[in-house]
Amino acid sequence: MSKIEIKNVYKIFGNNPSEVLPMVKEGANKEEVLEKTGHTVGLDNVSLSIEEGETFVCMGLSGSGKSTLIRHLNRLIDPTDGDIIVDGTNIMELDEHQLIDFRKHELSMVFQRFGLFPHKTVIENIGYGLEIQGKTLEERNKTAMTQIEAVGLQGFEDQYPSQLSGGMQQRVGLARALATNPEILLMDEAFSALDPLIRSDMQQQLIELQSKLKKTIVFITHDLDESLRLGDHIGILNGGRLVQAGTPEQIIMNPADDYVKAFVKDVNRAKVLKAKTVMVQADKFDTSSIKLAETYKVNEGVYIEEFLPKVLENNSTIVVVDGKGDTKGYITSKELAISLSKTGYNETTNTTQ
Amino acid sequence: MNKIANFNIKVASILIFIGLIVATHNLIIPKNIFYLFLKLIFLIPSVALIVNIANIIPKHTLLFFSKVFGAIVLITLIIISYLSSKRKPDNFSDLFDKWDSFLGIPLPKFLINWPKWLDTPFMHWINKGWKSFIADYGLIFDAIGYGLLRGYTELKGIIVQTPWPIVIIGVIAITYFTSGRKVGTTVFVGFCTFFIGFLNPRFWDKAIETTTMVVIGIAICIIIGIPIGIAMARSEKVRNAILPILDTMQVIPAFCYLIPGIILFGLGAIPAIISIFIYACPPLIRLTDLGIRLVDEEVIEAARSFGASKKQMLLGVQLPLALPNIMQGINQCTMMALAMVVIASMIGTRGLGDEVLLGLQQLNVGAALEAGLAIVLLAIVLDRMTQAYGDKIQERTQPGKKKQ
Repeated sequence: MSKIEIKNVYKIFGNNPSEVLPMVKEGANKEEVLEKTGHTVGLDNVSLSIEEGETFVCMGLSGSGKSTLIRHLNRLIDPTDGDIIVDGTNIMELDEHQLIDFRKHELSMVFQRFGLFPHKTVIENIGYGLEIQGKTLEERNKTAMTQIEAVGLQGFEDQYPSQLSGGMQQRVGLARALATNPEILLMDEAFSALDPLIRSDMQQQLIELQSKLKKTIVFITHDLDESLRLGDHIGILNGGRLVQAGTPEQIIMNPADDYVKAFVKDVNRAKVLKAKTVMVQADKFDTSSIKLAETYKVNEGVYIEEFLPKVLENNSTIVVVDGKGDTKGYITSKELAISLSKTGYNETTNTTQ
Repeated sequence: MNKIANFNIKVASILIFIGLIVATHNLIIPKNIFYLFLKLIFLIPSVALIVNIANIIPKHTLLFFSKVFGAIVLITLIIISYLSSKRKPDNFSDLFDKWDSFLGIPLPKFLINWPKWLDTPFMHWINKGWKSFIADYGLIFDAIGYGLLRGYTELKGIIVQTPWPIVIIGVIAITYFTSGRKVGTTVFVGFCTFFIGFLNPRFWDKAIETTTMVVIGIAICIIIGIPIGIAMARSEKVRNAILPILDTMQVIPAFCYLIPGIILFGLGAIPAIISIFIYACPPLIRLTDLGIRLVDEEVIEAARSFGASKKQMLLGVQLPLALPNIMQGINQCTMMALAMVVIASMIGTRGLGDEVLLGLQQLNVGAALEAGLAIVLLAIVLDRMTQAYGDKIQERTQPGKKKQ
């Protein structure tokens, strides 16, 4: 059972969404619907499942419906049609009271422009979720202080958000989301408003936190590098439709259509692809040509960029091993050339002699 | 299915309510406060149910019927005005007896000059309604008037009896704390207060009378205005219903409600307070509504995503963040209240406005100007006190953002 399941969700913005729904279900695209009825299609038959403890990154250009999608998970926006199942509960069936309870305990959210309360201090902001839950001030401050330490904001607890820099504000946002100890973390373009260095810093911090906490994270971004760095799975949205969902390797190696291809075109493949993905299986490789002195062992989970210099320097062959040290496959300069070329893995293998 | 069942229940209950209203209106219960109370009790849910039904009926059907209804009302009004007019022609064909020409085109005369018979008898209706309104419900206004008068005299009595240096010290102390301990503002306000009495000893008590009226008027504005502003911010429908009322309140000439005010509440401070409410409340309502709607959408979403209920959202997020705007509204309210108190001197309200009027009647420019100056000083004092408080809140809620 997946942690979050989204089943055939449609969202249409406008005066009379239910009348437009059949048209969208019959396959009319966003532009047609807008022209004929004046309604905007937010989501068009989106189905996906997100496993417990993984980071699912939802990617797309602005207007692709990714922010709409994430707001369906806590019903800040109600879908026009479809079901959303979190932890086995269909949240579409919750009444107002249950919904508030669900939001209090099950999930919390981090916002693009931080969404901090300007009239509350950092510690009050972080304790807000607990305040809503009805915890005492003492409990709130205790939990908030541990969260402040976790994100490294000691000494700033009595400042107001506007006195902090963007990166610090977003750390407050993150700490506030974590303070209620939710199982699911929704992050809506959480790092998009930050400058590149701070963004990279925050990504690292999130990865570290995630390795400890093992939350289910749904992360929205328009930045492919960010999604490849953070995501265990990636879903790509275009015009409200989910065009492709899969692991970062799958997206890079087998883009589903031109839209995804355009997305992955500029990515630094050496940073994203792992040895496991590009190697030739041990049984399919002709081992006779290898000179033992020129081999170099790497773990199967290592990214290409880490052993790329070795191959280029000595033209050595990489032996890919798994955790136990068993040989799983081999990589030579030929495999690297294929996997790093921009035109795509499949095409290259077909056209190279 | 559920919707239709609901619909039937609503229709049935509406019919029952209408039946009860008719029964109470004509037969059983004499017209008094209790009657009004009963009528209100029946009316409020009836209106709510009608609104609900309007929600169920498809929008285009509703629009169509409202157009038909409007046309019927207009035609009925024209027929009524024709029939009830005393200067109508003897019979219908007389209308086309007299002709005139416009740019060479012959037209019946009644199309060129506005005909005497095309005149709805609104004035008669209002007068008739007004008379029966006073006869039936005058008691209620007596009660309200008495309550307000009691509050007004008590409050005025206390301040007038207090030695004037203590009053000045009190004003200084209040300003000092509301302005966030700004010495400059405080000293300035202290001097202004002193100068009101210094201009003319008579002005001191008069200024206190005026201030008391303004304070009570503002209190009523806050008690009634802020909840209305909140309701408007929450619902588009409420806003659409209330905005025209606010426009009317602001635009209608003050004398149109000052005079009826005398009839309902008698001469003196009470009609002035009621006029303050009518004149000064709209900006407070508008600014409350605006302030709440201007709160950053993402902050609202953040609160919702943590499971804040509507009440928690309002008290914990929306109102605190709208407070600078609301304080601005109260400040505006104060200034307009002061302006109205001066106008109200025309209907015999005492206070500083009375002095201006007296000076003008005696063609004593000096006396009128002196009193006018005292009003300005009072305005400065009240403005600084409320403004300073608003600024202080703004600094707390949005630190770093300095006022331009």
